Amino acid sequence: MTNGTSDLTVWLVIVVLGIGTFLIRWSFLGTLGDRELPEWVLRMLRYTPVAVLPALVAPLVVWPAATGGQPDPARMAAATVTVAVGLWTKNMIGAILAGAITLFGLLYML
Amino acid sequence: MSPTPRPRPDARQPLADGATPSSGQMFRRGAVKSLPFLIVMIPFALLFGVVALEAGMDVAQVLGFSVLVLAGASQFTAVQLLSDNAPVIVVILSCLAVNLRMAMYSASLVPWLRDATAPQKAWVAYALVDQSYALSIQEYEANPRMALRQRLAFFAGVVTVVCLPWMVFSWLGATVGRAIPDDIALDFAMPITFLAMIAPMLRTPAHLAACFVAVLGSLLLAGLPSGLGLLIAAPIGMATGAAVEAWTGRRARA
Repeated sequence: MTNGTSDLTVWLVIVVLGIGTFLIRWSFLGTLGDRELPEWVLRMLRYTPVAVLPALVAPLVVWPAATGGQPDPARMAAATVTVAVGLWTKNMIGAILAGAITLFGLLYML
Repeated sequence: MSPTPRPRPDARQPLADGATPSSGQMFRRGAVKSLPFLIVMIPFALLFGVVALEAGMDVAQVLGFSVLVLAGASQFTAVQLLSDNAPVIVVILSCLAVNLRMAMYSASLVPWLRDATAPQKAWVAYALVDQSYALSIQEYEANPRMALRQRLAFFAGVVTVVCLPWMVFSWLGATVGRAIPDDIALDFAMPITFLAMIAPMLRTPAHLAACFVAVLGSLLLAGLPSGLGLLIAAPIGMATGAAVEAWTGRRARA
């Protein structure tokens, strides 16, 4: 690499990260398959997508990397419009388009 | 037949009643539903190739990342940390922390894919990314009576459209080395697609509560090192959803 990290080091990172990431993804699916999960676990797992994905992007919405972590009205508005349209229409593509139009519209105007 | 988790009424484009689509039809359905993600995936993949190339990696290493690791956020993290001369162990642990959320995806798919063979589960695990997880779980919940073969076919359709271009275009980015302008606000493509994917799933007070608490938690814990805040906030949100569900008396039958 440009900073002198050796090719071997980069490949070590790639291979270890590849194996580790696979084991994370395989963990429960690969090992728990034949057992019944307890009811309370199943109940919690039903909320995995609606908890993980919004929590993953919330900091990116409030403190965008592109603005150096400064809250940005255009990005906040775009996120709000996306969620509102998604909730209202249940249409993913419509929500993406509404959010993108809001973002680019506001970035252009501001 | 695989046991079907609790069926629920759902407004999100359920399959027609009594229809039993073939595996091929489900594969195509998965592929078509994934097409919007290409708008995000292609520029991001190109960007990864360009960034990694600028950091001094060769094309084989870029492709190694996108094929062996296959996890966008952690790939960018790895390149960033390697450029910063971080110790290898720090690079690996940080990137694995970024990917730990996928253990929750893995657990969440168990009720739907438990009867798959070990090799099938290994393939699903390999290709379990945010997009393939979110689209598949959405489809499984909307059509709980789908057979295992159809579920796997749908997943395969999604993966073909979501994961293959990730590899191809990161390779292309590293090969062509084309600069992508910074001012087109690509940083925001991922948040918008994820929010658009999740909003239609917020259909009960329990889902709203889970989402709200997880978001609040992740914002309060945003100061913690990479991925750690999420790993605390998300389970609290999930527990909140479960508690609200129990409280509102929506008894579940697994």
